[in-house]
Amino acid sequence: MTGRSILLLLIFLGLLTDGCNRGAKSAGENSEFEATGTLDPETQEQINTAKRIFYSLPSPLETAMLIKNAGAEYDERLLNPVENTSIYLTAKSRALNLGIYSTDLSYASLFDQTQATLNYIEAAKAMADGLNILDAIDEETMERLENNINNRDVIIDIISETLMNSSSYLKENGLEATAAVVLVGGWMEGLYIATNLVGEDQLEGNKLVERIVDQKLSLDIILNLLKQSSEDEDALAVMDDVKELKSIFDKISIEQGEVTAVEDPETNVTTLRSESSMKITRDVFNELRIRVGKIRSRYIS
Amino acid sequence: MTKKGLLFISLFAFMLMLPVAMHGQCKQFAKKICKVGLHPYQHDGNYHAALLIEGEEAELYKTFYSDTDYRIGVCGASNLSDIEFKVVDSNGKVLYDNSLKDFEWKWDFKLESSQQLKIVVRVPVPDAQVEEPSEGCVAIMFGFLD
Repeated sequence: MTGRSILLLLIFLGLLTDGCNRGAKSAGENSEFEATGTLDPETQEQINTAKRIFYSLPSPLETAMLIKNAGAEYDERLLNPVENTSIYLTAKSRALNLGIYSTDLSYASLFDQTQATLNYIEAAKAMADGLNILDAIDEETMERLENNINNRDVIIDIISETLMNSSSYLKENGLEATAAVVLVGGWMEGLYIATNLVGEDQLEGNKLVERIVDQKLSLDIILNLLKQSSEDEDALAVMDDVKELKSIFDKISIEQGEVTAVEDPETNVTTLRSESSMKITRDVFNELRIRVGKIRSRYIS
Repeated sequence: MTKKGLLFISLFAFMLMLPVAMHGQCKQFAKKICKVGLHPYQHDGNYHAALLIEGEEAELYKTFYSDTDYRIGVCGASNLSDIEFKVVDSNGKVLYDNSLKDFEWKWDFKLESSQQLKIVVRVPVPDAQVEEPSEGCVAIMFGFLD
């Protein structure tokens, strides 16, 4: 076997076993880059077979940050009670509730709720252990969390690390479908908390409502993410739930103007300037809140 | 079974396990190199990393929210050339191209309105004729300011 044959076999095996999905596009087609360097045609052909495509949902931590920065309050009554951990016996319910508890954990920690933070990391750990995600949240992590319970930066860093541990473990072990279901669970919980925090408040000029409407921009990302695992029945079931929500989000309009990038030479931070407007009626908002509540109720019971 | 057969099976098993082992290294690389580099931005906890071969491209779709400070970090293993990346809006307009910034691995930005953006990444091919392209871990990570 020549060196090149071994390399090609490795590429082939890599395609079979790697934890990231590939799309159908050829790298040569619609490429954003100009060709550079030279590969021999046979190797280039192997590489060109497909382009890797990632779909990224807001993580539980980002979701909680968005809720907090929108000026929302903390309401523990909206969280999934930690006592429920014992009723989740299937992989699907554990995956969904790993996402849900991770969002609850992030939400509690960003609002400096120390006891709730400890309770919800235990709940998330129970779900991760139930899914056999090794070392996502180990004893050392728990100890570090307890020792730094009043240090928010450390706690958030620990949460970020546990989220990454779970996600990487699932993706590296061919469990992309479970990873996707976890993310959707977390996203749905964020939507549940946000829609209920708005309640009967005015919709116009409400930052939290803007954040809820913004989720329309992520719907195709979620559906594409789940479609990558369409052979998995749990992912398919969750996809139906997201489609239910899409039918409501379709009644919300978002207008977006052209985006212009302007860099501040002093800070090197770029501002993406653009105008946008959105329109959501009270009826549509209520319909969304009720539908999210029903789906979430199925997930946690 | 002949010696040759045993050798072939061993080699096949090794090659089958190799990508799995390399993925483990990929996570460590993402965690120890890229995540650390996001500071003072808080890593969001998402994991997007894969083994890419020179000449290979990847793309990632994500919604970014208004009034939030973000850092995108795209980093590659040391055996690969500097990774190229561009950020493109939903109309195909290129908003950032790191090849115009000396292949800077990170980009800090904020948005006036929420947008779905696409990050396209490529591992460049060295100028010289390459018979066997290198393979290495490439991670795309996001941080935000609380």
